Amino acid sequence: MIKGLALLSFSFLLGMWTGDLLGAWLGIEANVGGVGFAMIFLILLKEGFSKKGWWSTDLEFGIEFWNKLYIPVVIAMAASLNVKSALSSGILAVLAGTIPVFFAFWVFKILVKSVKPS
Amino acid sequence: MEALLKLIDKNGLIVAFLLVGLLTWLTDVFSKKILASKIPGSAIAIFLALVFGYLGGVLADGENGLADLPLFHGLSILGGSMFRDFAIVSTAIGASFFLIRKSGLLGLTSLILGIGVFFLGGVVLAWVMGYRDAVSLCTIGAGACTYIVGPVTGGAIGASSEVIALSIGTGVVKTIAVTIFTPILAKKIGLDSPGAAMAFGGIMGTSSGVAAGLAATDPKLVPYGAVTATFYTGLGCLVCPSLFYLVLNWLLG
Repeated sequence: MIKGLALLSFSFLLGMWTGDLLGAWLGIEANVGGVGFAMIFLILLKEGFSKKGWWSTDLEFGIEFWNKLYIPVVIAMAASLNVKSALSSGILAVLAGTIPVFFAFWVFKILVKSVKPS
Repeated sequence: MEALLKLIDKNGLIVAFLLVGLLTWLTDVFSKKILASKIPGSAIAIFLALVFGYLGGVLADGENGLADLPLFHGLSILGGSMFRDFAIVSTAIGASFFLIRKSGLLGLTSLILGIGVFFLGGVVLAWVMGYRDAVSLCTIGAGACTYIVGPVTGGAIGASSEVIALSIGTGVVKTIAVTIFTPILAKKIGLDSPGAAMAFGGIMGTSSGVAAGLAATDPKLVPYGAVTATFYTGLGCLVCPSLFYLVLNWLLG
């Protein structure tokens, strides 16, 4: 179990580092795609390990546990968002935070219809 | 009683596990027994958590919603960016690299479209509400992208602190709006496949909102949405204070 968790941690740190480096290289103080890189590293590691025959259900359990914990983390995150000040920072914040969202839903619908992704 | 309070204070993260577990259990029962599973329990739990976040803000007058009350401070650890990102990465275990690669171009297109749509929307609304200077317009437009792009952009181009606060507020409202409306509109807009989820993550961008919205829609889609959404904030921080600001400045002459 702990080996899987270590593998997840390794992918996470490597991905975040890549994101930081890319951000610094682009000259901005932000992590660019760190989570995305970490996910790709994890998927590649899984494929590599499977090929070598090192992958086991016990190892996967360490990662699966966090996968299952994901929704609870999101619930905790929602409860610790600054909802009050967001809603009270004025009508403009509420309008500029919601109207483009609906517009984006519409753009998404058109994009998906035109491409028909798998 | 005092000993119990001390115990809760010392073990915040464990208390957060208990609280979230209880909430999930209650909303699951409510979803099954009363709503006949029409709305997933997790969607109700996320929505209720937002309501609690609001109440927490009213009671404690802080910045972390319910987590500002001493009893609930562990929620900000469990729901903080470290655990959030770690858990998002772990969802990749259920994703297929083949599908991600196949929809890579669609993901990239949607990222560019998404940043453009939200920035433009924010700028137009700020204009309608009376802002006329390029710095404020650009910062609010950036805030409409995410609550990180807003302050990063505002800081870079020298916006006033009220405008920066407004841009953060705008970004948080966006996260909440995406969280609530994704599960409601998912079927209508065709959000039902890994490829569509990747495009969705790119267009909406807010990793918290996309992650929460997809979790309430279909947890299998989460990794695909997250993998593109994670590039959105970085890309926004790149183009908003540079390219978009220059264009706005030029337009306002």
